[in-house]
Amino acid sequence: MSEPAFHITIDGVQIAARPGQTIMEAADEAGIYIPRLCDHEGLRHQGSCRVCTVKAGGRSVSACTQPAAPGLVVENETPHMVKLRRDLVEMLFHEGNHLCPICEASGNCELQAMAYRLGLTAPSRFPFLQPTRPLDASHPDIALDTNRCITCGRCIRASQDVDHKGVFGYVGRGIHRRVAVNGPDLAHTDAAITDHAISAEVCPVGCIIRKRVGFRIPIGEREFDAALIGEEIEEHRDD
Amino acid sequence: MIEDRKPRIATVSLAGCFGCHMALLDIDERLMALMKLVEFDRSPLTDIKTFTRRCDIGIIEGGCCNEENVEVLREFRRHCDVLVAIGQCAIMGGLPAMRNAIMHSDAALRECLEEAYITGPYIRNTGHAIPNDPALPLLLDKVYPCSDVVEIDHQIPGCAPSGDIIFAALTGLLSGKFRGFDPHLIRFD
Amino acid sequence: MMDILRAVQDRNRWISPESLEVIAERTGLTRIQVEGVASFYSFFSLTPKGRVTIRLCDDIIDRFAGMEEVAAALEEALGIRMGETSRDGAFSLDRTPCIGLCDQAPAAMINDVVVTNLTPDRARSIAAALRAGTPPEEVALPGCGGLTPAERVQRMVAGNVRHAGASLLGPVPAEAGLRKALEMTPAQIIDTVEASGLRGCGGAGFVTGRKWRFAAAEPADRRFVICNADEGEPGTFKDRVLLVERPHLLIEGMTIAARAVGAAEGILYLRGEYAFLRDHLQVVIDDRRAKGQLGQGIGGVPGFDFDLRIQMGAGAYICGEEGALISSCEGLPGEPKTRPPFPVNRGYLGFPTVVNNVETFCHAARILDRGAAWFHAMGTEGSHGTKLFSVSGDCLNPGVYELPYGLELAELLRLVGGEDAAAVLVGGPSGTMVDRANFHRRLTFDDLATGGAVIVFSPRRNLLEIVEYYLSFFVHESCGYCTPCRVGNVFLQQAIGKFRRGLANPEDVEYLRDLSQTIIETSRCGLGQTSPRPVLTTLDNFPLIYSAVIKPSSDRVRASFDVQSAIDTARKLAKRRSYIFDRDFGE
Repeated sequence: MSEPAFHITIDGVQIAARPGQTIMEAADEAGIYIPRLCDHEGLRHQGSCRVCTVKAGGRSVSACTQPAAPGLVVENETPHMVKLRRDLVEMLFHEGNHLCPICEASGNCELQAMAYRLGLTAPSRFPFLQPTRPLDASHPDIALDTNRCITCGRCIRASQDVDHKGVFGYVGRGIHRRVAVNGPDLAHTDAAITDHAISAEVCPVGCIIRKRVGFRIPIGEREFDAALIGEEIEEHRDD
Repeated sequence: MIEDRKPRIATVSLAGCFGCHMALLDIDERLMALMKLVEFDRSPLTDIKTFTRRCDIGIIEGGCCNEENVEVLREFRRHCDVLVAIGQCAIMGGLPAMRNAIMHSDAALRECLEEAYITGPYIRNTGHAIPNDPALPLLLDKVYPCSDVVEIDHQIPGCAPSGDIIFAALTGLLSGKFRGFDPHLIRFD
Repeated sequence: MMDILRAVQDRNRWISPESLEVIAERTGLTRIQVEGVASFYSFFSLTPKGRVTIRLCDDIIDRFAGMEEVAAALEEALGIRMGETSRDGAFSLDRTPCIGLCDQAPAAMINDVVVTNLTPDRARSIAAALRAGTPPEEVALPGCGGLTPAERVQRMVAGNVRHAGASLLGPVPAEAGLRKALEMTPAQIIDTVEASGLRGCGGAGFVTGRKWRFAAAEPADRRFVICNADEGEPGTFKDRVLLVERPHLLIEGMTIAARAVGAAEGILYLRGEYAFLRDHLQVVIDDRRAKGQLGQGIGGVPGFDFDLRIQMGAGAYICGEEGALISSCEGLPGEPKTRPPFPVNRGYLGFPTVVNNVETFCHAARILDRGAAWFHAMGTEGSHGTKLFSVSGDCLNPGVYELPYGLELAELLRLVGGEDAAAVLVGGPSGTMVDRANFHRRLTFDDLATGGAVIVFSPRRNLLEIVEYYLSFFVHESCGYCTPCRVGNVFLQQAIGKFRRGLANPEDVEYLRDLSQTIIETSRCGLGQTSPRPVLTTLDNFPLIYSAVIKPSSDRVRASFDVQSAIDTARKLAKRRSYIFDRDFGE
């Protein structure tokens, strides 16, 4: 039974929301896209990438964790919010080593797609941190290139909550925080190619690599070749 | 562009693969339209190798991996009103910058050269020497994006950029109406 | 989990992969979960550490007080460099952020004890004594064996109480507040605390009575009262003084809070740097239990049960944030929790939890004794009562001052002997760097808000060096959970480094502001929301320190790119000069 609805306003558009829904969940249902990277359908909300930052009642909050409340006025796709999100996406690009031309996730990568949507094309003022992070190709079917990891933690939650395995976890603090595996290397974990955590939809970038399937989809037919990220949600907007 | 003349464009390929210059030609028949609007000055396309006059737009392919790249890029900055970085190499180092991420040992550059010329498993270098002709420019400690070395005004993303995005950018810049790209055109690959 | 890891670390001097496996097995967690906790805290190590680990306080105050010379003396005496462990496994040398002894800098931790007012000579004699096998406690305080824990801590560090105010540091009658609270209903206690105007003394300044009211109103089977004794803001040490001098008042305050909100369980979260206070506090807790001031039926009131335990931290500034502190108590990495829900609704283990600062609990106990009106009358509108200020840096009398809110900064500087200050950092790096023209501003929540840190800088100090240090502190202490704080602070630190090296362009000033704004507006918790403040408040109040070092470029070529250093390696490898860039070098 869904509880009685109330309304919130996103960029001047009034939409329905139910108690218990987050701002993002209500927006998704109404066909309004709020950009996100660490949030993923079917996984716990984490609120760490901050790309879904909106102003709700004037305060910055992450739309994926903030409950919708009656009468809430939300700022989503204003120039200011787009600018903040562009900065965040650019930070993620510069934190790791994201060489799109040689990455097999290119075209299917949510980080890249988010950069397209937000128009990340101006000369950068951010330095490149160019870390040297470990590669793990020990597993027969799976490889990890953590240089491309954006620490969204989707694999951690998928493995823990969906696969009930706990293959992945965070280690370290601050800029050294990264995703690591439950063992000396991936081959010594329970990870299997059939895990939800390993599936193409969970890792938004090219960090979790399924061996022997890379570059199979020709350019032009990849997930974000035809449409911008988020357009699949905006499609069912009814205004 | 106050004088009554065609705007001048200069181009160069630094640490790149000339793919972006190929892409420049990839705007197909629109090239004719473009040629009506502009004049190409210093460029591999014209084989003019030095600046003899000021240019309106400088187009840079490739990042900086050696001292010559730095010198040429600085020349472009000094001689061009607007500098446009074209392609991922110019924008963020691109493929050549892969060496940056593996170069964190104490003797990174030496190891890199030895791997490339002597110890690598597929090397057939009978002389067992790293090329060191005085005419070879010295390598930089790492590969730098152009914006680390000079101020860059605009970027055209892609590897290589599509003809469409190049044409949109150039015509926009020439008419003074460039306001960024249609998100559907943007590609980093 | 924190206690297990601490015990393993203390016994083995590191947490080995085998230990991770064993702990995981025994606790029913996965190895990666255990590793996640162990790798989060600075005081846990995944590589072997020495039997004696010396951690020099790396705060900017300690640096100005001669820490570098002390460090050099220790390196020489022990034959290892900072960050290293000696081959025989006897010693490790490390740096650590502020350990709460800025009033007696330079200071260091030797395992769990502390030494203060270090000089190179003292450092050498300490190293010699440790080499000779003297236990660290004995090195820090000779003859400590015959002393009670309270005597030990009082002699190990100076109290430096410079000004005792009406509430906390003056004469305090024992248990007077608790006695009165026992005669009141929980609602009356909350009303009293709220009417007093008491606000949280850790820095954020939330109205204490309201916090208690929310926690009391939340329906729940269990409730918790947690004391935040994790003061980690560089330059803050007032809670250390309260923990030494007023431990009974603190626990009295916690007990009153427990009665007010209906909590039977409490935790005293003590920062890892204050491990030397642990025995002393445990004695106080045991003593109170024995006297019926903790435990079942406190003060003879049937059904009023409250007891508490000490939870040690392990070197993480972020654990001063209440959500992160709760995470840490739960044995998790010290990451702030998503809000809502708020701790007063769902905190420790999911139960309503009141988290207050040490000073806040102490004031609460005094308010119950003297009444809301007494407290409310002190200070100014909106900022009632007295406040402890931890004053350090370039002044004659560093130490703790208890003063009513509303004092002008200039008056405080007169009291501490810091009149010739060029800059004063009020509230620590998360606060405001104040210039001379603004010394008339007042120490209140509405003007210069502070958790208590007041750091005085003389005209000799390089403010950019100070700003860069504080940014490196925030980079070190960011939990890394959210993007802007994890990455943005690194960028900010690098940008300030450019200014310090004289490589900044004019537009970099705007870049600093712009990046700061993004970090503030998108960060998840208070750390990222305040970490750019050293930059912003110096840009506002000391614009010249930036404009003096920027390099305008005439030809739009970046001065920050140093081609000579970029080609240097290749020049040496090729054994020839640059054809392009060495032409003027002759030969």
